[in-house]
Amino acid sequence: MYRMLNGLLGWMVGAVVVFALFSAASLAALTALAAVPPERGETPPAIAPDRAVALRHLLIQDCGSCHGLTLGGGLGPPLHRQSLADKPVPYLAAVILHGRPGTAMPPWSAFLTATEGEWLALELKGENP
Amino acid sequence: MAGPGTEGRKSVKRPPSPVLSLIWSVTFLLTLTLSLIVSLAQAQAQTQAQAQTQVQAEPLVQTQNLIEAQPQAQNQDLTSAQASKDADRPEGTPSAPPGIVNTSPCPPLRGTGDLGIIVERATGSLLLIETSGNSVLARIEGLGDLSHASAVFSRDGRYAYVFGRDGGLTQVDLLEARVVNRVIQSGNAIGGAISQNGRLIAVANYEPGGVRVFDAATLEQLADIPALYAPDKPASKAVGLVDAPGQRFVFSLWDGGEIWVADLSDPAKPQVSRFKDIGKQPYDDLITPDGRYYLAGLFGEDGLALLDLWHPERGVKRVLPGYGRGEQPLPVYKMPHLEGWAVAGRRVFVPAIGRHEVLVIDLDTWTEVGRIPVAGQPIFVMARPDGRQIWVNFALPDNDRVQVIDAERLAIVQELRPGKAVLHMEFEPRGEEVWLSVRDEDRVEVYDTQTFARVASLPASKPSGIFLTDRAHRTGL
Repeated sequence: MYRMLNGLLGWMVGAVVVFALFSAASLAALTALAAVPPERGETPPAIAPDRAVALRHLLIQDCGSCHGLTLGGGLGPPLHRQSLADKPVPYLAAVILHGRPGTAMPPWSAFLTATEGEWLALELKGENP
Repeated sequence: MAGPGTEGRKSVKRPPSPVLSLIWSVTFLLTLTLSLIVSLAQAQAQTQAQAQTQVQAEPLVQTQNLIEAQPQAQNQDLTSAQASKDADRPEGTPSAPPGIVNTSPCPPLRGTGDLGIIVERATGSLLLIETSGNSVLARIEGLGDLSHASAVFSRDGRYAYVFGRDGGLTQVDLLEARVVNRVIQSGNAIGGAISQNGRLIAVANYEPGGVRVFDAATLEQLADIPALYAPDKPASKAVGLVDAPGQRFVFSLWDGGEIWVADLSDPAKPQVSRFKDIGKQPYDDLITPDGRYYLAGLFGEDGLALLDLWHPERGVKRVLPGYGRGEQPLPVYKMPHLEGWAVAGRRVFVPAIGRHEVLVIDLDTWTEVGRIPVAGQPIFVMARPDGRQIWVNFALPDNDRVQVIDAERLAIVQELRPGKAVLHMEFEPRGEEVWLSVRDEDRVEVYDTQTFARVASLPASKPSGIFLTDRAHRTGL
């Protein structure tokens, strides 16, 4: 029951954040459309190669403290690609950056920019190039 | 460090006599023969071992090079020293105790009291170490996923039981530096304990939630205690599992907010006592070194839960309720740990949750006697075995440092910067040195706890937990 409620709460928070992000993204896209050529489309967040190495290290070693070094789960849930199949990238990015109140998941925004949060979410989903 | 054979014996001056020459010649020949036998025996043992173990061929060879190189020399010194002692001995005196001279096809004799293991968590391997000379003896591979791995030791100090994240329970022979038995006992595990009599190994699991108990000799499962706390809920993750006197194991339910005491006097019929509503999200626990008090740290609220195992009928009581004083907790980027080493004299030192403080609790009244502001979120708060110092490491972003608290003055007396990501600390049995694993530097550092000078620095691949065999004889470790 608690877990369900918790999940529900997480989803609600996620949905709100997703909505906010979506609105912001739409606005940004609209303004961007005017400025940049349309063929640019969806590009993954730009992360410098050395920062990408550091972020992967963080993911395995520090996220791994709770989610397992193989991301198979621990105190925190598993983060394998298949376990996250139904979780959209903006939701994951929001959880990474803002945490999940009532659980042991802390907000990581002190260490990550919004772009890096999104990059990590894409990394978990296997969608980074 | 000096071997027993190096203490020397002052020779008594006597006039040279043919008898003495004869004795010395015999001694010399005896020594030579024994050395020859020892070398032959070792060569034979090595060949046999190599032939026997194909899987562990590499670490074993390494081990034998490492372990045997030194003791072999020592043993031969010992042999000759012993022989000359025998020569001095008046006739009719009993000769040397058996077992000093190695004539069997076994490796040279060695104790395990100065041995230990370091978990290399990313590669599923262990380093076998010794603390007399602070060196690495061997690398033992093939232990699976060692995220958050911990270990307990058999009471003879020969075997380590390693609990891996992937549910792996691995029995490691420290003398032979190899895996002797391994079972995957669950889908996801967090730690374990060995029973008071050394015959049972219990493992706390996340998936499926609960505790399973195994025969220490065979790793055969003897009991399964699913942490089912409510009819409509899945089994809770089990945390803070410790051994308690009377063949008992005590653990907490992260999801269920309960403490369970399981009496395994008859492993076929575990008797479980449940203590409900002990607080939100117990994250880890400790048992005092005397085995009397079980203290659960709470993550979901300010406070700790205490069970007096001498008087379980009195129930669980709250300790330091509301220590956060209603302030918003700071983010916790790593779950802190509690274990029996938090006790120093009549005081218990524990990490606060979401506060950069170490809380000090009086062991008799179980009330707060102080709190010490520290550099970050404390993870391990460990008393040096003599109880005079408390060493603290931290979660991100302060995990590059270690602070030392004077247990008497309750003040920080030293800050060290061993490198990035100090994950664990382990004191040598009497506390004159401490081992620190520094994950991101791929090193293990050894410090003198009196001078704070670094006395050794050893390479290790992403080291995490360090476990020394003296834990074998300590309740709750």
